Amino acid sequence: MARPARVLACTCSSAMLPLAGCAGIQSALVPKGGEALDIDPLFWTSAGVAMAVMAMVTILVAVALRGPVRWRQVLSREWFLTGGGIVLPIVVLTFLLVYGFLVMQAGATRMSAAGEHVVTVTGKRWWWRVVYRTPEGREVESANELRLPVGRKVMVRLLSDDVIHSFWVPQLAGKLDMIPGRINVLTLEAAEPGISRGQCAEYCGGAHALMAFHVVAMPAAEYDAWLAREAMPARVPASAEEERGAALFTANGCGACHTIAGTRAQGRLGPDLTHVGSRRSIGAATLPNDAAAFARWIAENDHIKPENLMPPYRNLAPDELRALGAFLDLLE
Amino acid sequence: MNRAGPDDLPNALPRPPGEEEKLKRVWATPRGWRILSAVNNTVVGVAYLGFAFLFFLLAGVVALVMRTQLAVPGNDVVGQDLYNQLFTMHGTTMMFLFAVPAMEALGVLLLPQMLAARDLPFPRLSAFAIWAYVIGGLVFFSTIFYGLAPKGGWFMYPPLTLTEYSPGDNADFWLLGIGFIEISAIAGAIEIVVGTLRTRPPGMSLTKMPIFAWAMLIFAAMIMFAFPAVILATMLLEIERAFGWPFFSAEKGGDPLLWQHLFWFFGHPEVYIIFLPAAGLVSMIVPAMARRPLIGYRLIVVALIGTGFFSFGLWVHHMFATGLPALSLAFFSAVSMAVAIPSGIQVFSWIATIAASEGRFRITTPSLFVLGFLAIFTLGGLTGVMVALVPVDLQVHDTYFVVAHFHYVLIGGMVFPLFATFYYWAPMVSRRRLSETLGRITFWLMFIGFNVAFLPMHLTGLRGMPRRVWTYPGDVGWDMLNMISTVGAFILAAGVLVFIVDLLRNFRPTAGGGGAGDPWGAGTLEWLPGDVYAARSIPLVRSREPLWDQPNLAREVEEGRHFLPNAPTGGRETLVCSPVEAKPEYVLQMPGPGWSHVLAAIFMAGFFLLLTVKLVVPAVLSGIACIIACIWWGWSLDPGPVKGDVPIGAGIVLPTYVSGPRSHAWWAMIVLVFVATSLYIAYVFSYLYLWVVSPDAWSPHGAPALPPATWPLASGALVAAGAAAMLLAGRRLPAPGRPSATAPLLLAFAALAMTGAVVLEVLGHWYSGLRPGQNAYAAATYMASVLNVQVGIAVVLLAGYAIARSLVGCLDAVRRVNFDNCAILYPYGAVQILLSLLLVHGFPRMAG
Repeated sequence: MARPARVLACTCSSAMLPLAGCAGIQSALVPKGGEALDIDPLFWTSAGVAMAVMAMVTILVAVALRGPVRWRQVLSREWFLTGGGIVLPIVVLTFLLVYGFLVMQAGATRMSAAGEHVVTVTGKRWWWRVVYRTPEGREVESANELRLPVGRKVMVRLLSDDVIHSFWVPQLAGKLDMIPGRINVLTLEAAEPGISRGQCAEYCGGAHALMAFHVVAMPAAEYDAWLAREAMPARVPASAEEERGAALFTANGCGACHTIAGTRAQGRLGPDLTHVGSRRSIGAATLPNDAAAFARWIAENDHIKPENLMPPYRNLAPDELRALGAFLDLLE
Repeated sequence: MNRAGPDDLPNALPRPPGEEEKLKRVWATPRGWRILSAVNNTVVGVAYLGFAFLFFLLAGVVALVMRTQLAVPGNDVVGQDLYNQLFTMHGTTMMFLFAVPAMEALGVLLLPQMLAARDLPFPRLSAFAIWAYVIGGLVFFSTIFYGLAPKGGWFMYPPLTLTEYSPGDNADFWLLGIGFIEISAIAGAIEIVVGTLRTRPPGMSLTKMPIFAWAMLIFAAMIMFAFPAVILATMLLEIERAFGWPFFSAEKGGDPLLWQHLFWFFGHPEVYIIFLPAAGLVSMIVPAMARRPLIGYRLIVVALIGTGFFSFGLWVHHMFATGLPALSLAFFSAVSMAVAIPSGIQVFSWIATIAASEGRFRITTPSLFVLGFLAIFTLGGLTGVMVALVPVDLQVHDTYFVVAHFHYVLIGGMVFPLFATFYYWAPMVSRRRLSETLGRITFWLMFIGFNVAFLPMHLTGLRGMPRRVWTYPGDVGWDMLNMISTVGAFILAAGVLVFIVDLLRNFRPTAGGGGAGDPWGAGTLEWLPGDVYAARSIPLVRSREPLWDQPNLAREVEEGRHFLPNAPTGGRETLVCSPVEAKPEYVLQMPGPGWSHVLAAIFMAGFFLLLTVKLVVPAVLSGIACIIACIWWGWSLDPGPVKGDVPIGAGIVLPTYVSGPRSHAWWAMIVLVFVATSLYIAYVFSYLYLWVVSPDAWSPHGAPALPPATWPLASGALVAAGAAAMLLAGRRLPAPGRPSATAPLLLAFAALAMTGAVVLEVLGHWYSGLRPGQNAYAAATYMASVLNVQVGIAVVLLAGYAIARSLVGCLDAVRRVNFDNCAILYPYGAVQILLSLLLVHGFPRMAG
């Protein structure tokens, strides 16, 4: 099957990562907040212990193979066996285990301190529904992107109503599964502003590989302003082309699956598009976010992201696709 | 050491003329295409290993296709759907069609030789298991060629694998493939438990048993307790897929995590099921290359048992990211770390033995693979400790770090020892050794290729790459690492290719027995000279390395001066000894080549395959044909005491027929009862688990009231009466030659009573209005009856068989093994049914 080349969106801002480019945007080794910062030293400690033990075993094998007879005699004594095989592992493992428990304890403490700021993320095949609760208790829906206020603990409720997914933003925290019938809660806390990439970590069939998202950490004041804007209805089309796009959106029944707040489009099957133009990617971090990408997505999303549940609209003419793209791009 | 002088040997020289010729005739392997009917362990063992290796190659090719796809970001060599099938097939094939069968194959091939037994106690059973595995495995693997391969990942998590999200037969083929492996694994476990415990040579007490035999014994015991969990899980999943009983659907009170608990309760021990025999092999090769006994034999046995024990307590470490309570995570984290200690003991014991070598440790191809194993497995174990830390696991779980970790553990812990085994034991079954030169090339290519492929994956995972993705973006720092891994994978494959060349050039299997001799100067019995009959006579063993401590042993055995140098019953036979001290007890008459077990395997495969593609009538016909073939197979297996007692040497005269707890058949049935018990315990766990998750679904709140207590009481009374009849039947078996109708009538009553009890239980719930598809409670309630029906069918078949035997005069108070088999299973079934009644009728009343 011929398939157009895919451009997986990474879309990190080069201003924020001047040297590293995008590398590290999804790396557990470049922690940027909360749990990830706690796990990092534990990881390096355990990795150090592992490397030390590995070096020790290598040396011992080398001595056992070709060492002087006297050394080899030492290695074949009973106390060597019990010392190396039993005592040493018990000491090392106990140390690591206790350290691990302390990190787990820190996580539990962080969780009990959260609670005021709640976001509900629902795993879908193969995208993310994101619902913020404003301080006034209003629900604001978005998709495939999570915004966080720097320095605040945010309680992320993780749900699924189809198969099992797993929510993972390596720079901020370890992963936690989204399981039908259960509610898991993850506490996220971004330590600095910036963009991070997350991805579904539990194989969920079909387009599992193309189920990613971005996390945008912004200063708390900016975040509050953003959330207030996000709660508002969509922008109205200004240009003729945007008008045409809006009309096509309605005419083609897009509103059966998508919601655009402030319009008659109130579908719930697909992502909310009210402010889709302001997100960093479309198709769950599969394509960059611009008018051309919207047009491509609408016409051939089955090639770009096979098995995804949106039908491709190949019946639309190029100028119609352009108009739709312009309209969606406007929804900032 | 108190060494026996020549005059102490069991049998005197010269041996009667024609004795060895007769042995050869009795044990001859069928020639030409008839070799398919062969049962000699060396013949079927090599075939078994060959097919396991074929699946290793096939799954390896699948891996290369995946590595090619991942070499560069955004690649299009294979598409999404095919890639999802490929990784599912790679994992499933490697775990179920390669690793476990390869270890069972080594058990079949090596154990009888190490124990100087003439064959395993149930030769046709292992041949049956092999044919079922070969047919099932090939059909399963071929689904990849027509897009029907499963694509739910090798652990097949629901709800993804439920009909709603996986329509089509793909997932059913997975369940089918696993069904075959479950059957052949359990058959193998029976064979290995009875083989190691009962067919050791006289004098080889448990403390003198080779470490590999210990490892296989623990391997078999682990299969007995681990496989039933996955058997139950696959039953539940197939029943939910086919009939909609909601075990895993959250909206009807089921829970997707139930599958994960059951699967990993099997799945983690599975890793040690693969590793323990491999460690056992290493513990055989290291002393041979060091020319001195293993240091810490007892400690290693304890370590093996400890590993087996701990491995059942750490399944939740596959579920750290599911959001379970922290306390249980802490417990499983601790056990996951503790399991490193037994492995540490073994590693240090091997190092100590290497250090204690007489002269220097010999560097041969097998020792290179053992050293490679030590390095790779140690690193895999250490990253295992890292992922046992809950917080670290939350980052690396389901990423390439974990992919790297378990390939270090499995390729290091199993594939490298297996290649060491190929080179070390080839001379035992091949007329020619494998080439040391090609062997070294193979080793270095594999060792370097492996590390180039998998070492970078740790970093790939830490940089955030999840497993099971068919494509990835180019600008997140994974592209170079993936390219390196792909190059490494091809270097590894090149090593395997060189090995195949070596095999083609040098591997010349002899049709059963008599290879290229003992090139290593090893101390254990598999290096005794032999022929199709295995060792000429069965030695009296006095130490762990008899060939080192009894210098003339090889000659004495070959001259026929030890036990059973002949075929006194005129057929195939081996010596059965007491399980601990190995004192000779009886001469076991064994069946030779035949077609019944081959047909049984073919028709069983037909049954499952036809069922998978929903051809129900042909499936049922095939199933009936399978049962007929099994009856034909079994008919000759209870010969009775017609051959009388025979001398085996040293003035010992042994019976050729026994029944009851001394007989091998009794032991096999007990193993089967253990398996059934584990299956039932897994069910009780599932029932209670579902209640914990959805107590609201339980009667009387979420479901119709239970049937009145008269129903379970009647059912219980019936099965109790049946058990009493069974007991009575055992006392009323007629004396030989004096047929009587009492026992058959009692048997028939017992079988009918159990049938009635099972049917009553189902009817009771049906009339109360409960339907299995209603909710998790209903499904769990009816599931008890499914398991009871299963035991009931087995009991009815065994009872019918015993009745048939007694009607033709083949069953009496002496010749009674067929009856005993039923008499062991019946009380088990009765207890299971009574416990089900107590659970299904008592628990909701108590909890409600």
